[in-house]
Amino acid sequence: MVNMNPEKCPMPSQDPMVRNKNFGEVALGYTLEMAVEEAQRCLNCKHKPCIDGCPVLIDIPAFIAEVAMGDIRKAYEILSQQTSLPAICGRVCPQETQCEGKCVRGIKGESVAIGRLERFVADWYRENCAEKPQPTAQNGKKVAVIGAGPTGLTCAGELAKKGYDVTIYEALHTAGGVLVYGIPEFRLPKDIVKYEIDNLKALGVKIETNMVIGKVLTIDELFDMGYGAVYIGSGAGLPKFMGIPGESLKGVYSANEYLTRVNLMKAYLPTSKTPIRKSHNVAVVGGGNVAMDAARSAKRLGAENVYIVYRRGMQELPARLEEIEHAQEEGIIFKLLTNPVEVIGDENGEVKAIRCVEMMLGEPDSSGRRRPVVKPDSEFVIDIDTMIMSIGTSPNPLISSTTEGLETDKWGCIVTNGEDGLTTRNAVYAGGDAVTGAATVILAMGAGKQAAAAIDKMLSEK
Amino acid sequence: MYKILQKQFLNPTVCKMVIDAPLIAKKAQPGQFVIVRALADSERIPLTISDFNRDSGTVTIIFQLVGEGTMELSTLCEGTEICDFVGPLGKPSQLDGLKKVAVIGGGVGCAIAYPVAKKLKESGCCVHSVTGFRNKDLVILENEFMAASDKLVVMTDDGSYGEKGLVTAALEALINEGNQYDEVIAIGPLVMMKFVCKVTEKYGIKTTVSMNPVMIDGTGMCGGCRLTVGGKTQFACVDGPDFDGHKVDFDEAISRSSMYREFENCRREAACNLLSKEAE
Ligand SMILES: Cc1cc2nc3c(=O)[nH]c(=O)nc-3n(C[C@H](O)[C@H](O)[C@H](O)COP(=O)(O)OP(=O)(O)OC[C@H]3O[C@@H](n4cnc5c(N)ncnc54)[C@H](O)[C@@H]3O)c2cc1C
Ligand code: FES
Repeated sequence: MVNMNPEKCPMPSQDPMVRNKNFGEVALGYTLEMAVEEAQRCLNCKHKPCIDGCPVLIDIPAFIAEVAMGDIRKAYEILSQQTSLPAICGRVCPQETQCEGKCVRGIKGESVAIGRLERFVADWYRENCAEKPQPTAQNGKKVAVIGAGPTGLTCAGELAKKGYDVTIYEALHTAGGVLVYGIPEFRLPKDIVKYEIDNLKALGVKIETNMVIGKVLTIDELFDMGYGAVYIGSGAGLPKFMGIPGESLKGVYSANEYLTRVNLMKAYLPTSKTPIRKSHNVAVVGGGNVAMDAARSAKRLGAENVYIVYRRGMQELPARLEEIEHAQEEGIIFKLLTNPVEVIGDENGEVKAIRCVEMMLGEPDSSGRRRPVVKPDSEFVIDIDTMIMSIGTSPNPLISSTTEGLETDKWGCIVTNGEDGLTTRNAVYAGGDAVTGAATVILAMGAGKQAAAAIDKMLSEK
Repeated sequence: MYKILQKQFLNPTVCKMVIDAPLIAKKAQPGQFVIVRALADSERIPLTISDFNRDSGTVTIIFQLVGEGTMELSTLCEGTEICDFVGPLGKPSQLDGLKKVAVIGGGVGCAIAYPVAKKLKESGCCVHSVTGFRNKDLVILENEFMAASDKLVVMTDDGSYGEKGLVTAALEALINEGNQYDEVIAIGPLVMMKFVCKVTEKYGIKTTVSMNPVMIDGTGMCGGCRLTVGGKTQFACVDGPDFDGHKVDFDEAISRSSMYREFENCRREAACNLLSKEAE
């Protein structure tokens, strides 16, 4: 029986004016009844357009059909054929441009809440099925993975399941990549990331933290240590600045720094030993997920006015729709078609304002997005005490600069042969943000999975 | 985990530790640093590698008790383990081909200057060292510097040991005596490095300084360590920590270094109170 309600079953959430003062998760998750009700909105279309929208080709109608019948374990099994991190992807994927964007129900009303259902199934499984994965019998071959973000974790998990002896080398003191240092607790509880990592360890994957590859060991040395293949999943962690005057004033952060202090170093807890600025008026420059996360974190840390300063319009904001809506509900102020041209400091070197210009949208550029151009004589000033730059990141050159023969493109992204992630170095594979530049969790995960298959093929033929 | 094999206070506020870290010891070069987290909830702090032994697999750090992070580290005992110890980070000092160098160390900066002097000396370079301290009680590494230098001048602000005055006065005197240095390497408080650079600029002597700004990751990921060098933004952790001192915007670096002073003072007080309570 199809539920013809044109709207999604609403997600229970913390009240915006309460949640903008705490770091607890915003969306609380469906109950079983809600999940079943929502699942019954799926028409189970023959041509399954949603699957085309999924970068890892999850059999979406099949898992939803199981939810509709109340067999959540079965639904989980279908999900896990294609994704190893459903609890995470259900929370952070840009569903509106992927699966849900293709959903037939979206033509006359709202699409099926595929992301929420994915999250429900994964959460249910985590809470109700205690069994830990069992290690597979080892095949005696070793693979090294660099970086413990979604791409590295996925590649490691896939290979461990095939019997490889896998070690992940991670630069930071905690595994998880952006999932632990970037995406805040209120959007992705760290317990969930930890659960996934514990599962990997149960599979037999070894994780060595505090290992900056390129510094303490090079890729060549990894091969000397007996690894048959290396997978580089080092992400795109190098922050960009605008290059405008005043960016070195006190109170100007990169989003990476701000979020790392808040998330990885837990600066939001009163007991944290890592400092973070106590702000009143904050400008976050940029319009992506990272900008939304920084703005909403600043609000939660007590700032009265938090501005998103973005040079294009509402339509062009690259962030997930849900994050934009949540930010608005929480009182984040959007200063669109606005671009900072100077950061102004006081006599102590503290930021006190930004000078901005208004923008208008001109002709589409090579990316197809309309290019913002400056409106003449439109300068104005916003008083702030903290500025967070969130205008993008690029891959870190630490590995490429210490690995002979590893080619990168002009943006510093590692060059691969496309489908299976083989780099210009024999037996060295790469994927995720290190190859694509800053992208998404699901793409990073998909790349890890494909590379694992390619590595397996290469090493089994040896 | 990284075991503390030896611990010793060099003066009341400067502590030396020898850490078991074979992989880092194997790669370390003078000028590089490690990021340390004493306990699982400590801050990440950068500390320059002050010595290493590739055979025994050990790395020596020398640090001043300035904030909570260093204070916590100093409370760990010999035989216990440090939670996180990452390195070697940053670019090694470029010391090749130098024939005569003045090495200037200020306070705990001497711990960083020492391996530089040692390596230069080993490579046959003539090393004149000037070390400066506030007073006699704070003098560290005198014997080590003696062994690594052809000439050593120890300065104290109050004249309670060595000569009275600032390191810049000693450096200028050496230059005026006719010593021609290929390079001056200055490591110490920002203000000291700034004034050393003022002196050497006058004489047109190339000067390298070692910058130690606030850091988190130490791998180029946060940008918190950024400096302006020659008008360009540079990340101290990956582009440095050594820079051409005549190009560094010291005033900006000095301003940025005070970003968290208030927080640090609060936390230090809290840590002191806690320690004194524990001692009671
Ligand atoms: C704040 C923020 C919010 C985001 N929100 C979303 C979202 O809502 N939805 C979404 O789909 N995507 C989002 N993204 C993007 C997404 O997180 C990334 O695309 C994804 O994490 C990339 O995965 P990865 O494994 O390639 O790299 P990362 O997650 O960056 O992991 C790379 C890992 O490699 C380690 N590393 C780097 N260099 C070395 C080295 N030399 N040696 C050893 N280890 C190294 C790093 O420390 C890190 O742990 C967001 C990103 C940020 C920063
Ligand atoms: S310490 Fe983070 S970029 Fe240098």
